[in-house]
Amino acid sequence: MQIFKNTPTFDFMAKRKIALAFSLVLIIASISSIAVKGLNFGLDFTGGTLIEVAYPQSADLNEIRQRLTTAGFGDAVVQNFGSSKDVLVRLAPRENTSSQSLGDKILSALKEDDAEVTMRRQEFVGPQVGDELRDDGGLAMLIALGFILIYVMARFEYRFALGSIAALIHDVIITIGVFSYFQFDFDLTVLAAVLAVIGYSLNDTIVVFDRIRENFRLMRKKEPGEIVNASLNQTLSRTMMTSVTTLIVVMAMFFLGGELIHAFSIALMIGILVGTYSSIYVASSMVITLKITAESMMPVKKEGEDQDDQYKEGQYIE
Amino acid sequence: MLNQYSSWKYVLLLVVLVVGSIYALPNIYGSDPAIQISATRNAVVDTQVESKALEVLKESKVTLRSSVLDSKGLLLRFEGVEQQLKAADGLRDALGENYTVALNLAPATPSWLRDMNALPMYLGLDLRGGLHFLMEVDTELVLRQAMESNANDIRGALRKKKIRYLAVRDNKEQVTAKFRTLELRDKAMSAVRSELNDLSLTDYEEAGAYYFSAVLKKTATILLKKSALQQNVTTLRNRVNELGVAEPVIQQQGDNRIVVQLPGIQDSARAKRILSATATLEFRLVDVNVSPQDALDGRIPPTARLYRDREGQPVVLKKRLIITGDRITNASSGFDSESGSPMVSINLDGAGARVMAQTTKKNLKKPMAVVFIEHKESSKMVNGKRERMTRKVEEVINVATIQGVFSKRFQITGLDDGNEARNLALLLRAGALAAPIRIIEERTIGPSLGADNIAKGLNSVVIGMVVVLFFMLFWYRGFGLVANIALSVNLVLIVAVLSMLQATLTLPGIAGIVLTVGMAVDANVLIFERIREEVKIGNTPQASIHAGYDKALSTIMDANITTLIAAVVLYIFGTGPIKGFAITLSIGIMTSMFTAIMGTRAIINLSIGGKKIKKLSI
Repeated sequence: MQIFKNTPTFDFMAKRKIALAFSLVLIIASISSIAVKGLNFGLDFTGGTLIEVAYPQSADLNEIRQRLTTAGFGDAVVQNFGSSKDVLVRLAPRENTSSQSLGDKILSALKEDDAEVTMRRQEFVGPQVGDELRDDGGLAMLIALGFILIYVMARFEYRFALGSIAALIHDVIITIGVFSYFQFDFDLTVLAAVLAVIGYSLNDTIVVFDRIRENFRLMRKKEPGEIVNASLNQTLSRTMMTSVTTLIVVMAMFFLGGELIHAFSIALMIGILVGTYSSIYVASSMVITLKITAESMMPVKKEGEDQDDQYKEGQYIE
Repeated sequence: MLNQYSSWKYVLLLVVLVVGSIYALPNIYGSDPAIQISATRNAVVDTQVESKALEVLKESKVTLRSSVLDSKGLLLRFEGVEQQLKAADGLRDALGENYTVALNLAPATPSWLRDMNALPMYLGLDLRGGLHFLMEVDTELVLRQAMESNANDIRGALRKKKIRYLAVRDNKEQVTAKFRTLELRDKAMSAVRSELNDLSLTDYEEAGAYYFSAVLKKTATILLKKSALQQNVTTLRNRVNELGVAEPVIQQQGDNRIVVQLPGIQDSARAKRILSATATLEFRLVDVNVSPQDALDGRIPPTARLYRDREGQPVVLKKRLIITGDRITNASSGFDSESGSPMVSINLDGAGARVMAQTTKKNLKKPMAVVFIEHKESSKMVNGKRERMTRKVEEVINVATIQGVFSKRFQITGLDDGNEARNLALLLRAGALAAPIRIIEERTIGPSLGADNIAKGLNSVVIGMVVVLFFMLFWYRGFGLVANIALSVNLVLIVAVLSMLQATLTLPGIAGIVLTVGMAVDANVLIFERIREEVKIGNTPQASIHAGYDKALSTIMDANITTLIAAVVLYIFGTGPIKGFAITLSIGIMTSMFTAIMGTRAIINLSIGGKKIKKLSI
């Protein structure tokens, strides 16, 4: 099976301006959502107490809320988790109580109503831990971006490095923006997913860049725009294939992996879609915008160049 | 042209495949619910204990799968969790205090694999259930205590050299000593310098008196904090042993934190009580020259301090400490044979025994007090910010006349009841914490959730993988099949590496594996798309294969190395779940490069690389 019988000839770069506008709108929307609505940080980042309990039958959330209110936990957030039998109770960090024992108190309060209820999971995160995790996570992301920038600069050229970083920032902002807009739970696993998205999107971008670099050497007389277009078309079926296979496994995680990695798989799905788009329209068009030339590509020696030419070079030899 | 590999590459692949399969193998055997019996103090686990245990199990009608006695103790395997729990209750009652009976999940790995050190992956708490604590150690308090004992040492040094001082006082940061004359001060400083290396001294004058102040040197401060943390780790380890946990993790994290993981434990309240209690004892002489009433009125010499006993009655004790709780090697509870009241019998180490012997000899028939010190946590609002603090609660639990000279072994009586005696003995035995700890993060995962997580994680790996395999087969036909073989081997290798490293597999770790499956395909897709291109421009099949692999290589390298950078950074800076994800992702990237490039090439070379073929199945 093949998607394209012949190498496609889409003129990606002609729609560069439209794509740029589209990306800008998405980014502005994301940033304003993050600014206005903020993120629905999970327990990992806010601190507090959480307890997940399982009932043998469907649980009545209102009854549970009432029971908790009489027990002095009026501020508890009660929600179903995964199924109608599983219930999640969340409490904000408290003043002057050792919040560590709050989970136990909630459990015993719930047991008064229904002795069958069982504890599935209980978490307490101190407020300073939450702050630290948030800072460390942000720091990890920045450092990862920094190292990637250096690597791409060493392997390619600064314009490519800037292009790939622009694409990464684009992907991260939009992924986080979607989480903010829909107020999905943003916990540690989502942060890990965002970092995985960086890796994935970068992977995509590098493949395209590699082709662009190769084609700059093969198609010396063409315009940069044409070369980028040709490269995108040549790698298009690979881009589609990889996105599809990765999406398949992420969907498997989303539908079968259980509630705990739901948010994680959502973040990955968004990231894969945005990452695929960005390696075409953000990274590549950035390279053109920065006025890449054939000359600037020359000093980098490509592996395999000095091997004997047993096979014909690409179709663009003139 | 033909596509062939030199034979060493085939051999390498074969070796990796065989070794990988062997080390991945233990994971399919699963594990048995088991009980680990180990000795606590002077007891040993021997055949006698084994036969006693077997008898108990017979009585309670529990069916045993196997029983193995080795240097670590006795390991009993059961058919199911219910049997295991039933057996544990019976065994705890029968074996008593000298043995710990811990619930465990023992890998059911056959012995020939175990002999090769092939063990299954270590499952994280989210997959097996259990308790996780992150604790913060209050190292400030250690420094404050150090200043207190430094003040004592300075007084001692001055007395030894017979240098008269007006006052030696300590506060949180420093000790100040006051002298009448300059010479005395200078003599004192050189005396202190030669005796106490950890202090740095500064002199000054004020209102006609001569002073010096002493602060801890920076290196000493660091060392002090470090050893306090170390002692806490050791103490926690002892206490965890008292709890009876099979494979606990107790690790230092950062400057002042300790992670404690207790797989299989569900009773968080009990665990916390035992882990975070900070109790220690101090033995001090009662200052009989000062009446409690004087002390209450504020007329108290600087060498004495006012304490209160359990009823709140004042007791004046000498500031000079005899010994502290860390000299205690063993403590056990019982009832006094004469009075029948609850008591704790205490054993001291050599240094403690010497000091105790000297003190009791000099102070025969004088009263000595035992001070029980607990650190309790409280928090209050300071300038709109919540500040947590630990309060030191000191209580005189016992004042007794020294009846004879004793050193190594003695008893404390005067406790409320037997229960209290038992608790006190446990805490003393487990050792005193060098500094109070505070739980700042706690996670409990119930056993049902753990089992659920494993099942769901496995499910998503299998289903995701199968769909991808079909997809690849459909898309690339013959070459798809080759890629599928590589992908399956890749999964085996990831599991093998994780098992060899004994890395902890967590739910995010499984997510990392799933993601690797998706991304591992990428290398093959890159190669195959290249081969298709080559075919399209009219190259021969063999030349196309060669060119496809060659041209895709640098792309694959670049793409994977950048992802690897991201994964490594995640590992270094991430915590908990992020780390687990980063480990499997990085391992997956490396194994997938190996299988997707070398593995597929070897299969292709072996199958069609040596033949003249007209058309590729791609």
